[in-house]
Amino acid sequence: MSPENSVGVVAPQRAQFNEPLRLQSGAGLPGFELVFETYGTLNADHTNAVLVCHALSGSHHVAGHYPDDPENIGWWDNLVGPGKPLDTRKFFVVGVNNLGGCYGSTGPLSINPESGKRYGADFPLVTVEDWVAAQARLADHLGVHTWAAVIGGSLGGMQALEWSLQFPDRIRHAMVIASAPKLSAQNIAFNEVARQAILSDPDFHGGYYADHGVVPTRGLRLARMVGHITYLSDTQMAEKFGRQLRHGEHKFSYDVDFEIESYLRYQGNKFAGFFDANTYLMMTKALDYFDPAYDYEGNLAAALARAKASFFVASFSTDWRFAPARSREIVFALLHNRRRVVYAEIDCGAGHDSFLLDDPHYHALLRAYLENIAV
Amino acid sequence: MTEHERRVRAEQRERFDFAVIANWIPPGERVLDLGCGDGRLLRYLNETRGVSGYGVEIDHESVLGCIRNGVDVIQMDIECGLSGFEDDSFEHVIISQALQTMRATERILTEMLRVAAEAVVSFPNFAYRANRAAISEGHMPVSEDLPYDWFDTPNVRFFTIVDFEDLCRRLDIEIRERLAFDEAGREVCEDPNLNGSLAFYRLGRRS
Repeated sequence: MSPENSVGVVAPQRAQFNEPLRLQSGAGLPGFELVFETYGTLNADHTNAVLVCHALSGSHHVAGHYPDDPENIGWWDNLVGPGKPLDTRKFFVVGVNNLGGCYGSTGPLSINPESGKRYGADFPLVTVEDWVAAQARLADHLGVHTWAAVIGGSLGGMQALEWSLQFPDRIRHAMVIASAPKLSAQNIAFNEVARQAILSDPDFHGGYYADHGVVPTRGLRLARMVGHITYLSDTQMAEKFGRQLRHGEHKFSYDVDFEIESYLRYQGNKFAGFFDANTYLMMTKALDYFDPAYDYEGNLAAALARAKASFFVASFSTDWRFAPARSREIVFALLHNRRRVVYAEIDCGAGHDSFLLDDPHYHALLRAYLENIAV
Repeated sequence: MTEHERRVRAEQRERFDFAVIANWIPPGERVLDLGCGDGRLLRYLNETRGVSGYGVEIDHESVLGCIRNGVDVIQMDIECGLSGFEDDSFEHVIISQALQTMRATERILTEMLRVAAEAVVSFPNFAYRANRAAISEGHMPVSEDLPYDWFDTPNVRFFTIVDFEDLCRRLDIEIRERLAFDEAGREVCEDPNLNGSLAFYRLGRRS
């Protein structure tokens, strides 16, 4: 990525919301804070704003880098910048850490005003619907009545879809990438394994690990390892690791024999070093619960009837976590409602994580679609 | 013919095809265009007749072309049918010079008349006089409407006006209108299977 089309040095901002927020679960928050970043400039008519929604482990740091931490580059930096597909010369781009996150927005790591201690397990479960409700407050704060587009991959795509349902008049384009209208039993099963890994870690302490001065790193590590398997494709794993041996021979022990073991351990350790276990648990539940058709007897077409946005839906051929057929469910529900939709099924070997890569055809599609959005 | 002349001719020809099809699509309709390429026909129908709809295309570059043209496109392989598209969800389904590139001819025709009450089909007539002449000289035809060498043609089905009408009869498809044109774009009335290079059909369900 050439530095000249980077957004360059960025700084996170915070917004405080003092109105109580009633959550889908019935619980509530007296108020909350969101941490966010913006790139580009909001135009005079406030018509060029694009919200980027993060997936499970993402954050508000979408693009650019911090002055004191040049290595910490935004998670979708290849997409966002001057001259990039989501062009910051045209759009005002907003990244936000979702409610319940562990990157600075109000979440399990925040101090509970009632107890004076960290929320920990007392932080209420928040859902995709709650995230979007909180994001709408941020939109108000920024003076954005209507997003030119809301874009996200995976869990982020679910938020883009939810925007079109909860606020049909506040989103012109929903860009739903490598996503699904609900999780399958298999998806939930993987999430449950990840949760059990955390919940059964002796250092979890029912979610109050902070009070004990520990972190359930073993559980987090395992959760990330199992998650990571679902992000990659079989083909890509075979190409990248195959049966390569770490030490050139079978060691007949439970230490790392195969390179894939080493890779998963590395990813697990890295993640356990910075991500909050309560946030991880909550994110996986938000994924499990998301199902706009739930209140419509499973009829997705009926659920999507209120959407008004134009849609860009894309899937990746080797994504088995949210396979192309899952995206087609969204597409056909939109067709039923005579909504405008573009659907692309992209050949990319990298599985679910393809949405984060800069595959030339994928980026050309995004660029072409975004170029046609009037601001 | 220079490359430029060839392109100009192709564009004229294309405009002519589009106009024939547009004539059969009432303004403001909702259509599905199978094998829509880069969406040019849909764009034309939208600009000239306020027609809306979707294209279906399998080719990656063509899908990108559709998006650039501002045409709603759904990337999928219609050889497997049109499952997902609801019965009678469109007023017309169009397949413009693409039927000959697909193998599942019968399934596609049947599916077209499931999702719309009327279908518009155009294809090159393999029995056109010049094509017959090429065969009689021992060569596979290369013509205005069959512009590919045998070794790099996207076409997989080679059929004639007579063959197509036989198939329609077998599938109980009603031929509501037929137009045939020679290579110069003149309408052909006499013996279209011999004199027609390109055929257009308006098809319906026999009720």
